[in-house]
Amino acid sequence: MKSLQRLSLAVFLLGLGGFLSSFFWGGYQVQKEDLLKNMTEEKALRFYQEQYHILEKKYDFGFTLAQSLEKAMDDFNTKRITEYEITSRDIDLILNQSRSPFDTSAFHGLGAKKESVRYFKTKAMQIYGSWLQDKIFVDKPSLRASLEQVGSQVRSYEILPKKGFDVYEKDRLVYALTKASTQGLPRTHSLFFLCCIYGLCILGALGYFLPQIKTEGPAGIKNKGIFHSSMKNRGYLGILTGSILILFYLVLYFKPSYMTSWICMVDPLSRSLSGHEAGPFFLYGFLYTLCVGVMGLRMLIRYRHSPYQMLRTGSLIFFQLGFAFLIPEILLRLNQPYFDFKNIWPLDYDFFFDSELNKLIKNGGLGLFMLGWGMGLILLAVPILTYFFGKRWYCSWVCGCGGLAETLGDPYRQLSSKSLFSWKIERYSIHLVLVFAVVMTAGVLYTYWTEQSEYWGMNTYGIRKTYGFFIGSIFSGVVGTGFYPFMGSRVWCRFGCPLAAYLGLVQRFKSRFRITTNGGQCISCGNCSTYCEMGIDVRWYAQRGQNIIRSSCVGCGVCSSVCPRGVLNLENKTEKGRFDLSPNISAKLSQI
Amino acid sequence: MRKRPKRHVVIIGNGIAGISCARHLRKQTEDKITLISSETPHFFSRTALMYIYMGHMTYDHTKPYEDSFWIKHKIDLLHDRVKSIAFEKKRLSLERTRDVFYDELVLATGSTPRFLGWPGQDLKGAQALYSYQDLQEMEKNTQNIQRAVVIGGGLIGIEMAEMLHSRDIHVVYLVRENSFWGNILSEEESELIHQHLRTQNIDLRLNEELKEIQTKKGEGVEAVLTAKGTLIPCDFVGLCIGVRPNVDFLRKTDLEIGKGILVDEFLGTNIAHVHAIGDCAELKSPLPHRRAIEAVWYVGRMMGESLAHNLASQPKPYNPGVWFNSAKFFEIEYQVYGSVPRNPKTDEHVFFWRNLKENKSLRLIFGKEKGEIRGGQMLGLRQRHDVWEEWIRNEKHIKDLMESLEKANFDPEFFREYEVEIREEFGKAFPHLSVPSIPSGT
Ligand SMILES: Cc1cc2nc3c(=O)[nH]c(=O)nc-3n(C[C@H](O)[C@H](O)[C@H](O)COP(=O)(O)OP(=O)(O)OC[C@H]3O[C@@H](n4cnc5c(N)ncnc54)[C@H](O)[C@@H]3O)c2cc1C
Ligand code: SF4
Repeated sequence: MKSLQRLSLAVFLLGLGGFLSSFFWGGYQVQKEDLLKNMTEEKALRFYQEQYHILEKKYDFGFTLAQSLEKAMDDFNTKRITEYEITSRDIDLILNQSRSPFDTSAFHGLGAKKESVRYFKTKAMQIYGSWLQDKIFVDKPSLRASLEQVGSQVRSYEILPKKGFDVYEKDRLVYALTKASTQGLPRTHSLFFLCCIYGLCILGALGYFLPQIKTEGPAGIKNKGIFHSSMKNRGYLGILTGSILILFYLVLYFKPSYMTSWICMVDPLSRSLSGHEAGPFFLYGFLYTLCVGVMGLRMLIRYRHSPYQMLRTGSLIFFQLGFAFLIPEILLRLNQPYFDFKNIWPLDYDFFFDSELNKLIKNGGLGLFMLGWGMGLILLAVPILTYFFGKRWYCSWVCGCGGLAETLGDPYRQLSSKSLFSWKIERYSIHLVLVFAVVMTAGVLYTYWTEQSEYWGMNTYGIRKTYGFFIGSIFSGVVGTGFYPFMGSRVWCRFGCPLAAYLGLVQRFKSRFRITTNGGQCISCGNCSTYCEMGIDVRWYAQRGQNIIRSSCVGCGVCSSVCPRGVLNLENKTEKGRFDLSPNISAKLSQI
Repeated sequence: MRKRPKRHVVIIGNGIAGISCARHLRKQTEDKITLISSETPHFFSRTALMYIYMGHMTYDHTKPYEDSFWIKHKIDLLHDRVKSIAFEKKRLSLERTRDVFYDELVLATGSTPRFLGWPGQDLKGAQALYSYQDLQEMEKNTQNIQRAVVIGGGLIGIEMAEMLHSRDIHVVYLVRENSFWGNILSEEESELIHQHLRTQNIDLRLNEELKEIQTKKGEGVEAVLTAKGTLIPCDFVGLCIGVRPNVDFLRKTDLEIGKGILVDEFLGTNIAHVHAIGDCAELKSPLPHRRAIEAVWYVGRMMGESLAHNLASQPKPYNPGVWFNSAKFFEIEYQVYGSVPRNPKTDEHVFFWRNLKENKSLRLIFGKEKGEIRGGQMLGLRQRHDVWEEWIRNEKHIKDLMESLEKANFDPEFFREYEVEIREEFGKAFPHLSVPSIPSGT
């Protein structure tokens, strides 16, 4: 058995090695057709002409090509700017022709050799400078300042998007071109390597976990050696794993073009599901689901003595596989909007974004149903289900983040800090994120209804971008998962998730859920606190004979499972007596 | 609360008894409180020692309060050993620090392991397990060893077996009696544990007593010789035959000591202003169904609280209520409420139910004449303390109890329920008391 496990570990590491090394596999060469497919013809031909060197070269790595492409596009942009920019000479010309009050006809006299350039400049100035019409300026310098401001707007909003590439297009193009030009094994033998690499990983993991049914002795809590383990107690292996996870998230969110060889390998799967080519987030969803599944199996084996843990884990796997992964892909195949039926605002922070709303509204029937469903989850399901069952109905039975935390993150749950200090930080940070999410969404909706982008002196696009960057990507992804081996499995859920904050408020103040403490049976051993992934000092309550009612509790039930004295039980009972102390914690002072 | 001058309350021992007393006293008075202990600077949970060894937790996890707690609540900690006490001068002599004077003294010095003077018991590799230092020694003594012998069929013995087993050390487990924990568990209950130990490859040997511990080179242990003459080669011997009150340093004083420090129902000793609580205390007149020395966690906690009350206000007699306890034998959890002796008294009925496949059992003791419940003991089932306490205190009739068995169920959600099975079995054993097997009124 032990040797089977060792062999399986080797198989797994082989698969993992294959996966990591395949990042560097393949070759990359950009074709003219790819340019034409992804840009307007005008830009494509221009780009082809000016930056031909990119197409000539064969690149070994995705990131070298991506970097060259970025550079080429920057060069291209610089050229377009010199060509179309409103120069100080142009401004001089305008100033010379201008009268007071200002008349935009002054824009006609812009100098450029080419007729088309002159036309473009004039038109752009007219669009962005229309507000100057009939304005009276005290002196020339103040008019010049205004004109310069218009000039820079023309540069950002006219020249770059129309003639060159703005940031969004650049990101899109770098990814699309790198993906399209990925060649070699990941492209030609994608299915083969998909099966090999992931097959080895899965096989290895199964071969490692399944024998534990026999090797670990009878079913029960098996936490031996956890704090002696380098992987599970912030040793070298833990640090290595955390670093790899963090790197992965950074690449995924900020440089997806670097990992097109990985993405090409899951193309066959994506095509068979949605009929479309895979994108970075398909790869992510696939890996995510795989981790939840395989590590979920580990969880099922580990807690096979506890029907609560088995059902809960089964439910998490089910919702990840079905609701988060398969159904949205199938919706795409049916030409319906991509939609995760179990994701709830404000965790699903872009639910109210104009693009999303328009997508659903435009779709009609099903789209409107989705909109209603999403609203129903926010306004009805959260308060009602949380009243009856506590926030666990979502956080440790349904949610995707919870799903990963309870499976992939389970080996690290004991690393959460239990100090009063972290509890304090937690209360500030999670509620601040909730406020941030609400303000951001209100701003987005304000812009949606009024088409004004200014809101309380803030730019709603700016807030939304800031939220997406800091909360959506850095906090929930890079820190949320990358920090598993450093700070435990629920960093995001504990310190950041705005939905958890909302669920938690309901759980704390209006719910039947509590963890009951069994009279005076606690021996203060500390297992419950140690294995609480949310960093709740469960023992603090248990040893005083007090029920545990905390907004952060996700109801994973592990405290109850690990307690060697059967002290803790998750219960939904009447609200009456929820906060009472057990009389049996104390000696009977009043009797006799 | 009556106003009174601030006193200096000195507590020796920062175990559960000492700290419970200190905490509750702080809640009720402004007294200066000094907590002296030689083992660890801060209170930790002795019951969790095994989990440190097994890697479930680190020492820090076993501290129930953050270090800042003691500062915040103005409980002064002194990490030192009390060498002797001059009661007439109310003075303590310490090993490293200056003498300490008290107005009220609380002795909470806990227990110390029992040894029977076996030949070889001082060899390297032979040890007991009580203190944090014992644990550190065990850590050293069991590095890279293969075989161990554990002596003693009680709670610490089986914990030590589990600890060693977790490090893949082969364990021979010697139990002098014919069954494990034979003074508490019935034959069938013990048998369930025996089976469980054997499935884990613990080499359990009943009716075997340690005679001597042998060595060839005169250093570490190499074998154990039993009373029956069996020689068992080993690298480590765990001596876990029980504990006794840790009172030796108080023996030659005026303090009245039996096995432990003798205390009255207010937890006072024969010397005024001196009190004793926890493992080291021996009650002169224990309540019915309770023993004079109860070396368990809960008793230390309740005595500590009781004494704090008595020091702060009108003294009330110590009354711990209905006996309860719990333990865990490898994977099998154990709980007891009330008095459940191995053999029932003549005026008592026993009802026993078990599910062998799932390692579960329930044993109830009730009066023959009135049918009142006296106690329940379970393996593999979690039961509600508050419900059982009320049942036993109110002498609930066994028939009513059987009807409302579900009320006491404390197993987690979705766990299999055994009440129907138990009721059926009860109906067969006591047809005249039986109740319909459909749960009613729950
Ligand atoms: C391995 C193990 C597992 C256990 N498991 C359980 C269990 O599961 N359930 C249960 O109910 N009970 C259990 N017990 C018993 C329980 O731990 C004790 O009953 C309890 O700790 C006693 O508490 P106490 O405060 O009376 O004494 P202690 O915890 O022994 O504290 C006394 C302290 O006083 C110190 N001290 C003594 N003399 C001096 C001196 N002269 N100067 C300075 N300091 C001194 C000692 O060093 C010690 O730190 C277990 C015991 C052990 C050893
Ligand atoms: S695990 Fe159980 S016995 Fe240990 S501290 Fe927590 S509630 Fe108490």
